[in-house]
Amino acid sequence: MAHLNTSANIAGPDDFYAELLATHEGLSKAESDALNARLILLLANHIGDRAVLTEALAAAAHAPGGDKA
Amino acid sequence: MSKIFETPLYPYQRSADQDASQPVRHPVIVIGAGPIGLGAAIDLAQQDVPVLVLDDNDKVSWGSRAICFAKRPLEILDRLGCGDPMVDKGVVWNTGKVFFDERQVYGFNLLPEEGHRRPAFINLQQYYFELYLYERLRELEAEGKPVQIRGGNKVVSVTPKDDYVALTVDTPDGPYQLETDWLIACDGAGSPTRAMMGLDFIGRVFEDNFLIADVVMKADFPTERWFWFDPPFNRNQSALLHKQPDDVWRIDLQLGWDIDKEEEKKPENVIPRLKAMLGPDVEFDLEWVSIYTFQCRRMEKFRHGRVIFAGDAAHQVSPFGARGANSGLQDTDNLIWKLKLVMDGKAPESLLDTYDWERVYGADENILNSSRSTDFITPKSEVSRQFRDAVLDLSETYEFARPFVNSGRLSVPCTYDGSPLNGPDAAGLPVRTRPGSPAVDAPVSGGWLLDRLGDKFQLLAINTEVPANLEEGGIAIEGLSLSTGDDPSGALKDRYLGKAASAVYLMRPDQHVAARWTAYDETAVRAALNTATGRA
Repeated sequence: MAHLNTSANIAGPDDFYAELLATHEGLSKAESDALNARLILLLANHIGDRAVLTEALAAAAHAPGGDKA
Repeated sequence: MSKIFETPLYPYQRSADQDASQPVRHPVIVIGAGPIGLGAAIDLAQQDVPVLVLDDNDKVSWGSRAICFAKRPLEILDRLGCGDPMVDKGVVWNTGKVFFDERQVYGFNLLPEEGHRRPAFINLQQYYFELYLYERLRELEAEGKPVQIRGGNKVVSVTPKDDYVALTVDTPDGPYQLETDWLIACDGAGSPTRAMMGLDFIGRVFEDNFLIADVVMKADFPTERWFWFDPPFNRNQSALLHKQPDDVWRIDLQLGWDIDKEEEKKPENVIPRLKAMLGPDVEFDLEWVSIYTFQCRRMEKFRHGRVIFAGDAAHQVSPFGARGANSGLQDTDNLIWKLKLVMDGKAPESLLDTYDWERVYGADENILNSSRSTDFITPKSEVSRQFRDAVLDLSETYEFARPFVNSGRLSVPCTYDGSPLNGPDAAGLPVRTRPGSPAVDAPVSGGWLLDRLGDKFQLLAINTEVPANLEEGGIAIEGLSLSTGDDPSGALKDRYLGKAASAVYLMRPDQHVAARWTAYDETAVRAALNTATGRA
């Protein structure tokens, strides 16, 4: 079974990070929230693997800064 | 305009029981002549179990109420001998459209699979549904079957005893006493029987109100299910338009929580809302208006000794997905054959606890689906709304997002995976007909498979021989042998054989699969029958 890949996996991390921020540029908080929601759904569908998605949800919830214990 | 729901069908008449010196004991009493109570009574009467139906009213449903009936309940109605009038009158639909804001985001087709006698859904007003059930009940009565219905008979006390139940029934002539070996309570979501017995009904309340308006109009809307999220004519709320017979249209408008129900129901408030939705030029008459709120909940147990609950009395869901009346008919479909075996002394009383197991399982499935639909239609938090709107926005362009859109997951039959009544399965046979599943229909030799199944235990043999009659502990098993020659379309092979060359299915009286093998083994069949009747 595949696991969530938590090693560095994106070539050119600075480029991607800049592109992510640029996509949000000029948006209101509500527009940015909506964009993030669409983005999550698109990426989740691309991943597709239910077990990996569950791991990703847990990793996001339990990361430092996450509220869920 | 149809006003059959204003016509008394079974007005109060004094019965001999009211003049008896001792309370008269009946084998089975059903409380409630709604869809589920009538279904239970027909099932019992068809099998010569004497049944008395008590209802405080004397008419069919007030207003159309439940309008969407799914394939499995239609198949159950075929077994009860009244599927044809329902389907002949009902509106068959396959296409749905989803709108968000001012746009149509997508359309879908239910794409019903070929090779089934009954369609995926029909729309039919509950008053017709009840009328046809009532007519079937009268037909059975005329044939001499032991069934009675008493209108104007309101049950006002229910007292369970060790081996019977005592009832007090109020009538226009005053109260009288009855006793019954078994009591089936089909008295609806507000079940007085449940309240009189002090039983729980726990679940989740959804803080929302919906306006149902049934209108009669000659409109050229197509026969489709249209669902709106956040439309201009009902901002931040949902709306539904669905066709019924006789040019009656169901309109369902979400209103939110903080409203004045009595005000909203007034025609002067309803009509402008409908005009905003339908356009100013469409002429219509209001047939029935109602405002409802709903809960998703169930009783902890459906069987309490000799009192058994079915339908909305036992479980309640939101209307999205048509899981109310549809699941109630599956309750009595599951119950009646078990009750008959217990009454005949052929199965232990504990068989009735499997009614509880199987239908609680079904109710939980329905409550889960119904709660999820409701959470999508009415997001409960800001982030929930963000994801809901993201799904709807994406669904217009991207196919992947459409399966997330949830305007009601329409009722599909329940497979009792893990039921204590399930016997062995054989590797390689199709998953959809595994033990616990309802039989899947298929065309066979100029007829339909489901018309040849039901009301008894049967061995369905495909490409192999089984005995025409077998008996185990007083219960008969009838053989039904079919072969590839009976299967012109190949549907039987697809649905029951898969890659296997032959198969033997033990079918329950409710057309569910009890066990299956790839070859006949008498010892295994006898063991599976004992398992399927709670005797193992």
